[in-house]
Amino acid sequence: MARTRNAVATREAPPARRSRKGPVTKTPEGISPSTQPELWTGPDRHLLDLDHVSTQEITEILRSTDGMKEVLSRRVRKTPALRGKTIVTLFFEASTRTRVSFEQAGKVLGADVINVTASASSVTKGESLLNTVRTLESMHVDVLVIRHPHSGAPYFVASHIDAPVVNAGDGTHAHPTQALLDLYTIESHLGGVAGKKIAIIGDLLYSRVARSNLWGLTKMGANVVVYGPPTLMPPELDNAEGLDGVVRAASMEEAVDEADVVMMLRIQRERQAAGHLPSMREYSRVYGLNARRLKLAKPGALVMHPGPMNEGIEISPDVAHGAQAVIEEQVANGVAVRMAVLYMLAARGASGR
Amino acid sequence: MAASRKGIAIIGGRVIDPSHGIDRVCDLLIENGVIEAITDGSGDSAIDGYEVIDAMGQVVTPGFIDVHTHLREPGEEHKEDIASGTLAAARGGFTTVCAMPNTEPTQDNASVLEWVVRRSAEVGAVRVLPIGAVTVGRKGETLADMAEMAAAGAIGFSDDGDPVVDANLMRQALSYASGLGNGGLAIMNHCQEPALTRGAQMNEGAVSNRLGLAGWPNEAESGMVARDIELAALSGGRLHICHLSTRQAVEYVRTAKKRGINVTAEVTPHHLTITDEWVLGHHGEAVAAVDVAAYDTATKVNPPLRTRDDVEAVIEGLRDGTIDMIATDHAPHAQTDKLCTYEEAANGIANLETAFASVLSLYHSGAMELPVLIERMTAAPARFLGRAAGVPLGTLEPGGPADVTVFDPDLEWTVNPDEFASRGKNTPLAGTTLKGRVTLTVYGGAIAHDFSRQGAAVDA
Repeated sequence: MARTRNAVATREAPPARRSRKGPVTKTPEGISPSTQPELWTGPDRHLLDLDHVSTQEITEILRSTDGMKEVLSRRVRKTPALRGKTIVTLFFEASTRTRVSFEQAGKVLGADVINVTASASSVTKGESLLNTVRTLESMHVDVLVIRHPHSGAPYFVASHIDAPVVNAGDGTHAHPTQALLDLYTIESHLGGVAGKKIAIIGDLLYSRVARSNLWGLTKMGANVVVYGPPTLMPPELDNAEGLDGVVRAASMEEAVDEADVVMMLRIQRERQAAGHLPSMREYSRVYGLNARRLKLAKPGALVMHPGPMNEGIEISPDVAHGAQAVIEEQVANGVAVRMAVLYMLAARGASGR
Repeated sequence: MAASRKGIAIIGGRVIDPSHGIDRVCDLLIENGVIEAITDGSGDSAIDGYEVIDAMGQVVTPGFIDVHTHLREPGEEHKEDIASGTLAAARGGFTTVCAMPNTEPTQDNASVLEWVVRRSAEVGAVRVLPIGAVTVGRKGETLADMAEMAAAGAIGFSDDGDPVVDANLMRQALSYASGLGNGGLAIMNHCQEPALTRGAQMNEGAVSNRLGLAGWPNEAESGMVARDIELAALSGGRLHICHLSTRQAVEYVRTAKKRGINVTAEVTPHHLTITDEWVLGHHGEAVAAVDVAAYDTATKVNPPLRTRDDVEAVIEGLRDGTIDMIATDHAPHAQTDKLCTYEEAANGIANLETAFASVLSLYHSGAMELPVLIERMTAAPARFLGRAAGVPLGTLEPGGPADVTVFDPDLEWTVNPDEFASRGKNTPLAGTTLKGRVTLTVYGGAIAHDFSRQGAAVDA
């Protein structure tokens, strides 16, 4: 797919440590001017994956996240930045972590957040996704956050409504805010991702977290090494997606060797039922991260996991809770990153309509 | 046609009738529903009293035959019925369509087939020949009453979108049907190994990986094609491969024909012309990033759109005769069946009205000679039907039914599904420009579609 290669070939040079002095637009109450993001400048005002977000926009989101972190560190964690805005989270899949993260992000910014879950909505009565979304839109939504078990569902929704759409995870496709929070977490520890070796290990075939991270990390200049069971590796991973800088490792040791970051993916038990894996015991022994393997990475290498973890399977408990793990920090950063995303989209929604 | 007229004279067109190797400018005379004569430079006296149609600059061929059509009646008339589907066929230049049995109730017994035949005679704009189910309810468990269905007019048997998975049942079906009709009737199998395509949404490859959609690998088709070829050899039956879509399957059929095995194959217009990159939206044009045009449910079809390499292979297979014929797999759906996520969307493309113009691009690009392309839509499917239709089809031989299609090979038009006669508006070609248009369809000596009259009014 030559066209995607073009996109990568023409990408901007990866930025060094992000500057805290960004361009200033209008200043919402409670957010300091130096951390104010530019309005969304992409071809559309949705966040569906990271392939359509420029490196500059990613940098701006991460810079804005700094400011949001500051808001979250205050004694009174509340700003009126999105007061009067309505954010709807529409979740067709169970997810405590991501839904609560979006909800908190919206509420800290002062927005009204309405949570709709599949079981509570009329979807179970056979109403179509489109009708559900149109009904919600008629109640005036400023940002729609959607998680859906079908890949592409947020794209379908975005093509049928005016409100900005944030993809909070679609099937086995993408999870862009997770990739952003991972980028943020890596940058905050290592000062940047350009030139860093990031090992992503596990089920690359079905992981929406991995897909979005591949876009985000390669755009920002990381060297990504992937490893997992051959049954769970996508075909033509290293060339067909136009993802420069992604290498398949031949072994766990090779993948982890001298890595700056080891990112473990959650293994779903249904992969075993579908014949991808013989057993979880064997998976753990061959593909799990333990202290011995982590020693192969750079001293102080970060250990990451999008959660929820299967401790003792893809990651041993001592590593999961060890000094190098930043897994809880990922969760905390998730709120700040989502604040930045919601703020950018809602601000655009205010001036762009 | 005015009652006082003697008949229809289509004059001055380039007549291509591959069944007789005819390819020259001449006149075609139609009388009493049959082809009266093909004459060179007939004078004014010869056409005196005929309704004269000037086909200068146009191409005159036998009416197209589609061996794989879904008319949805009985049971799903909100998607299509025999009247709307056959009108769509006439608009597309088809004078004979073979109706697949995924109806409700299923066309798995003589009484349903008889109903379809009777209904088609009443309301059909063109000829409808029914295909019976191989197994009861298309469930793949028990053979349906194929001999009774053959007597009721079945031209072949298929479980339609469901393959006959059980190898022994497939063997028995091939063997049993070989004793029906004149020289045996074909088992038309949709080759798809179900275990390899669980949850599959599109072709397995770079695009499916990029979109996170579960893949349908080529080998799920070619593996069953190989199996069925062996079973055809074993049973001595007639095997027909539906909508062949992969390079590997083309190779298996090519080899099988060299071995003398009784196998035929069809390919759809979409598998000949567009690729899985169309699932990314923008009519297959290169995109830097996936945007909201992606996951275009109009591209969801089974078997799925394949890669450029497969498209090249099926074109070559069609050109060299490995693939015998073009069949539309016309699959009309209601709007709500496609206005949903890709995973929820129904498979299928409403094809009848764009099929010919689509494949004519193979002629315009130089990939195929026009007479060869016409052969694949007329004489080849007619050979497949043999004597099952009861009358000679796919030919302009005098004395045969006057099924004639006239088209302007260079007329450009933009596809607007709202103008389709079909109730199915589901096509990935909406908004694209096609070159070549059917201008006149004559079925049984009567005009079934005239672009210059009702066509122009409706299509303007």
